[in-house]
Amino acid sequence: MNYKFDFAAVAGYWPDFLHGAWLTIQLSAMATLLGFILGSLCAIGRRSQSRWLKTLCGVYVEVIRNTPLLVQIFLFYFGFASIGLPMAAVVAATVVLVINVGSYTTEIMRAGFDSVPAGQIEAAQCLGLSRAQVYWYVILQPALERVYPALTSQFVLLMLATSITSQISTEELTAVANRVQSMTFRAFETYLAVAVFYLLLSLLMRLGFWALGQLIFPRRRKLGTAI
Amino acid sequence: MNNEFNANHILFMLQGAAWTLALSAIGFLGGGLAGFAVALARISSSRAIRWTAGAYVQIIQGTPLLILMFLSYFGLGILGFDVPALVAAGLAMSIYASAYLGEIWRGALQAVPRTQWEAAECLSFSASQRMLLIIVPQALRIATPPTVGFLVQIVKNTSLASVVGFVELARAGQVINNSLFEPFLVFVLMAMMYFALCYPLSLWSHSLERRLAAGHRAPLGT
Repeated sequence: MNYKFDFAAVAGYWPDFLHGAWLTIQLSAMATLLGFILGSLCAIGRRSQSRWLKTLCGVYVEVIRNTPLLVQIFLFYFGFASIGLPMAAVVAATVVLVINVGSYTTEIMRAGFDSVPAGQIEAAQCLGLSRAQVYWYVILQPALERVYPALTSQFVLLMLATSITSQISTEELTAVANRVQSMTFRAFETYLAVAVFYLLLSLLMRLGFWALGQLIFPRRRKLGTAI
Repeated sequence: MNNEFNANHILFMLQGAAWTLALSAIGFLGGGLAGFAVALARISSSRAIRWTAGAYVQIIQGTPLLILMFLSYFGLGILGFDVPALVAAGLAMSIYASAYLGEIWRGALQAVPRTQWEAAECLSFSASQRMLLIIVPQALRIATPPTVGFLVQIVKNTSLASVVGFVELARAGQVINNSLFEPFLVFVLMAMMYFALCYPLSLWSHSLERRLAAGHRAPLGT
């Protein structure tokens, strides 16, 4: 091996990397928040009495979970533009990421909902709680606490998946790397540096979610145990 | 090629789908072998080995597969190998799968009751006999549904091999789209082909899960 590593050539581009990392963070935060809301609503939809709503949510989950994110992004960005629905790359990326993570969140939240004992829901109904109250106090919060670890892993995977949006020229971390390596011809060094960025981001995210979990779940904080 | 979408284009995409399957198989085999080693290392009695394997899993699971693809492609080049894109993509898929399969299988191995390990020891089985004759067969039952579920991830993620120029289904679709410029038609068709590959696996994983949970199912009438 007579290859000389040259990280100095790449290091000069650090403001670009930071800029890209910032967009990665923005994309992830947006998709996590909206995807969580979409997924929770769909999980409620899958428990609804209306058959067509149940089927609709089921089809959504299966279609999105069984096709690659790359294809979804191409379809949204190039496909929809060609039938008269043009979108900016960042908008298309955000929409696709929300739809994508929403389907996984649906499945995770559904598992959480199913883990709530029927007796508790019946008891809440006997106490005269409204449908919304039952969902909010008896189903949603305990379910969220139970599936919280699975949910946060999914959101970290989502952050890693934002790298795929570089394929439609969203200027996030990976796209910046593509540009830098084409200018410096130091491909390996560039992608290694970016890998470290992603690693740090995922560690930060895990830490953040752990802290958030301590904050919003009193049982975890006070007793040190989950449900 | 003609400028109309025709049977040849579909044939080209099906050929790409075959390469998708081939790459998935490579990723699963390579990732399975390395993943089993990772799983064993993660429950090793030596702290150094456990820690190293844990760090490996954390690093791979904290890096996007897309970046692994690039690193594998350019890294093999640096090492002086002039390899086809299939090898670079296969290596990246194997590394990626090994971290996730390793964790799935570690969980399955640890889910085998402690007493089974002790009983095997009391019967003076050697360490390898205990693993292969007692623990692995029981862990296999637990590990099968999530492993099949992960196969779906492998098949879907082979689409990222298109970035290093390997012509699988996603790349084949892009090539056709570049010549015809019919993105909606091409990408919908592409999505349908991926769905056709992945959905049966999802269903299979689901039915395996249900069958495995048979013992935990609530008895009738409760």
